[in-house]
Amino acid sequence: MRWVNAFIILLFVALMLYATVGLPDHADPQAPANVHVSPTYIEDSVADTHTPNIVTAVLADYRGYDTLGETVVIFTAGLACILILMKRKANDKATLSKHRHSDRM
Amino acid sequence: MIKQHYQSIVIQTVCSLLIPFIQLFALYVIIHGHYGPGGGFQGGVLLAVSIILQRLYLGSKISYRKFSPKMALAFGAIGMLIFGFAGVVPLAFGGAFLDYENLPIFWVHGAELRALGILIVEIGIGLAVFGTLVLIFDSLVGERW
Amino acid sequence: MVIIDLFLSRYVYFMIVVLLAIGLYGMLGKHNLMKKLIGMNIFQTAIFIFFIEGAAKRGGSVPVIDEILGMEAAQYVNPLPHVLILTGIVVAISLTGVALAFLLVIYRTYKTLDDRAIMANMKESAE
Repeated sequence: MRWVNAFIILLFVALMLYATVGLPDHADPQAPANVHVSPTYIEDSVADTHTPNIVTAVLADYRGYDTLGETVVIFTAGLACILILMKRKANDKATLSKHRHSDRM
Repeated sequence: MIKQHYQSIVIQTVCSLLIPFIQLFALYVIIHGHYGPGGGFQGGVLLAVSIILQRLYLGSKISYRKFSPKMALAFGAIGMLIFGFAGVVPLAFGGAFLDYENLPIFWVHGAELRALGILIVEIGIGLAVFGTLVLIFDSLVGERW
Repeated sequence: MVIIDLFLSRYVYFMIVVLLAIGLYGMLGKHNLMKKLIGMNIFQTAIFIFFIEGAAKRGGSVPVIDEILGMEAAQYVNPLPHVLILTGIVVAISLTGVALAFLLVIYRTYKTLDDRAIMANMKESAE
């Protein structure tokens, strides 16, 4: 099992190192990610939203739908935490005592 | 499990002095998100940190009386509702979903109204993150409520 | 010289690959579920650093419009990865919270976090 894990990790590292050759250089202004849509955001955000902080403008205005879904995700995570952890004691005795006995033996 | 209260006068004084300033800084970070680094997520985390610090030094009994986990749940839900209404209300006034230019604040127009809509949304995000993080902390620490 | 140039223009990616490998080793090689969770967090952080590294521009300032710098796109770094990673960090926090809740429940049920012991226990109770 240990050698399988080492092989998988080595394969992963080799694949990633091969992939880095095709990536743009460090801090390249002409990288594909920097010339596609982001110039529009930088140039238009003050005129569109009167917000100098471009990150805030993109977060809450241009991509507000994304942020809405993301807020739903984190609120759902909080609700899930309560639902997982609250009122365990009533369940414990009914269904889980079997495991505990088999654990002792 | 946080059961014991710290009896040390140093910890009590420092924490009780620090918490209002953390909360003030959190409000600053939320409001100032338009002009510098900051915004709803960061400010919400700072608010939650102030409440968690209070939980740590006061113990759960007194701290739950000051700010109960049910209140945290209510704050998170109110934040989500603010965000949802900022999305739905423009639909009723002839805009698209989350189109802040159609919010019914009639004395502000155009891009200014968009900035105001961003502020409303950031406050909603801040409250939602604040409530959720306090909720996760309370449920993980495992006190009944 | 070519190799040194390649290293100087790619060294951030190499560091990220090291972090990814550490995270993958934590997820695959460790048997404690808590250590698996820590490995997953390291993996996530490596991906965040990868995105933020992709946002950098030579000679770019922080993405807050300043009157002195003007409005040209070359003056500011790419704001889009910052936004994506801001949401990604919050999702990672909530993911960690739910995972910790699951770990607590698993520990209360089986009295251990070792995955081999848990699998043996599950097999035993299924028979």
